[in-house]
Amino acid sequence: MTAGKPIITMTDVTKVYTVGGEEVRALDGASLVIREGEFVSILGPSGSGKSTLMNIIGCLDVADSGEYILDGQSIEQYSEEELARIRNKKIGFVFQNFNLLSRMSALSNVELPLIYQRVHLGERRERAARALERVGLKDRSNHKPTELSGGQQQRVAIARALATDPAILLADEPTGNLDSKTGEDILALFRELHDAGDTIVLITHNEEIARQAQRRIHIMDGRVSEVES
Amino acid sequence: MIIQSIKMAWEAITSNKLRSFLTMLGIIIGVIALVVLVSLVNGATGAVTSEITALGNDMVTVNIRDDKGSPIRLEDLDEISALDAVHQTAPSGSVNFVAKHGYSDATVSLYGTTPAYYDIQGLDLKYGRFLKTADIDNASYVAVLSYSTADELFGKSDVVGESLTIGGRSFLIVGVLEEDDSLFAAMLGGYSVYAPFTVESRMADEPYVTSIAVSPAGDTDNTEAQVSDFMLARLHQDEDAFHIVNMSSISDAMSTVTGTLSLLLGGIAAISLLVGGIGIMNIMLVSVTERTKEIGIRKAIGAGKKSIMMQFLIEALMVSLMGCLLGLVFSWMILALVSAIAKTISFSMSLGVVVLAVGFASAIGLIFGLYPANKAANKHPIDALRYEG
Repeated sequence: MTAGKPIITMTDVTKVYTVGGEEVRALDGASLVIREGEFVSILGPSGSGKSTLMNIIGCLDVADSGEYILDGQSIEQYSEEELARIRNKKIGFVFQNFNLLSRMSALSNVELPLIYQRVHLGERRERAARALERVGLKDRSNHKPTELSGGQQQRVAIARALATDPAILLADEPTGNLDSKTGEDILALFRELHDAGDTIVLITHNEEIARQAQRRIHIMDGRVSEVES
Repeated sequence: MIIQSIKMAWEAITSNKLRSFLTMLGIIIGVIALVVLVSLVNGATGAVTSEITALGNDMVTVNIRDDKGSPIRLEDLDEISALDAVHQTAPSGSVNFVAKHGYSDATVSLYGTTPAYYDIQGLDLKYGRFLKTADIDNASYVAVLSYSTADELFGKSDVVGESLTIGGRSFLIVGVLEEDDSLFAAMLGGYSVYAPFTVESRMADEPYVTSIAVSPAGDTDNTEAQVSDFMLARLHQDEDAFHIVNMSSISDAMSTVTGTLSLLLGGIAAISLLVGGIGIMNIMLVSVTERTKEIGIRKAIGAGKKSIMMQFLIEALMVSLMGCLLGLVFSWMILALVSAIAKTISFSMSLGVVVLAVGFASAIGLIFGLYPANKAANKHPIDALRYEG
């Protein structure tokens, strides 16, 4: 495979939470590199620090110590407003429970991140439609999430993540709420997107699903290690 | 971005129509209370003020109670007229008699005066003429009837040249006044007949002038002061010997009263608007909690604090302004209805009160939206995403 430029570089990242007066090291000197065009899965049981790692990669949270460089930009103690802007431009989230806004049509949901980028209407519509087309839901544009099946909702969520052309697609247990057949389809879609050149980080506790990725990273008690395939 | 926020606010408001309407209801009622009450007071004030103006707004009347042995004669009025703040002066003696024509009769107020009275009182003639100086000098038995008097006695208004008897004496009718449909005329009722002062004083057995109507030259207050000084000098500095009334001070007092009244009612209405604002805040707080997940999603995909703040603030503002708009529409309908019922008085919404209502409603939307919007904007994205309502 061709090694692209690094999209994510984490060096010795530590995050400590205080729960009930007790310090919990959610991340303990985690280091990892994810390059452009890679399909990486992060595998770990619950309580392993997986969510914390995802929050930091996704710029929803910042590390206590260590260095995190996302797409050439060092994420330090930014203000919330700046973190929001970085999330908006560089991260495409895909959640376990889809997290679509139920009031809005599929197209409007996909448009949402572009609205926050202040892309004007014509271009926004076009890019949202293109993203929906990529996930195979062009004909469902005007359906509300409640009128779509779980698999279709997750496809809309993926389209929303793709709409801004983010540096990485960050998927947190994307098949967790789906039956195995639909889950397969979603994973196939991820592979398709990977083949098209998108960088994908898939977070899961399921070994089976993690194996779909080209590279696996294991996380346990806040420590990160590469799994040899 | 603002357009997008307005769109989002509209979606949120229309997604729960009943709740939005109930929230607006507070503002609707507040605006109706404000606009209708203030407009009613203003309308009534306008009507009363115009009545007072019609009565002779810039007129000063003097009533003499005790002449202190130096009664005022008709000729003496020239001295008052000569005062530089006085334009015209006329006596206005009055006495009640029964007037008869044919088989119909009525008790009338016979006013004894001079030609100047016509201008001072701002009367209008419908037929014929008013009294002339020659009528006074000759003590002619001529009379000018008010419209209602002519109508009562003759059953018609064009009665110039006809005659009637008042207090047993025959008078020739030389003029009829315009119909006076003002509120005061209706209140005072009464049938008026105007005759030369010389005739009336003889019939009333009161040869001196006891009541004087003065029209001012310039400032009415100045006129009042000069006439008052004149009367004091004449009546041995006895303030109780006469009574002076400045009509414009009555209307001033009137407008002070109505001004206070509209401020008071407006204040009460403003309180109900305030209560409406608290309703908005309450619902917005519920809405922010309910939509915690939505806020989390929006933040995850890149909405900053400002965008979230803007979204909720505009939502609050929109609820408030829509309520204001509906309130104005209802107010307009209510005022149209009241005007149709009241007939003589027309109540209309002034631009001022509309601007006041819109301004107040926006201020309330902003102030009471600020706290919930801030609460929404400050939610941490991770916690908000995890929230399960």
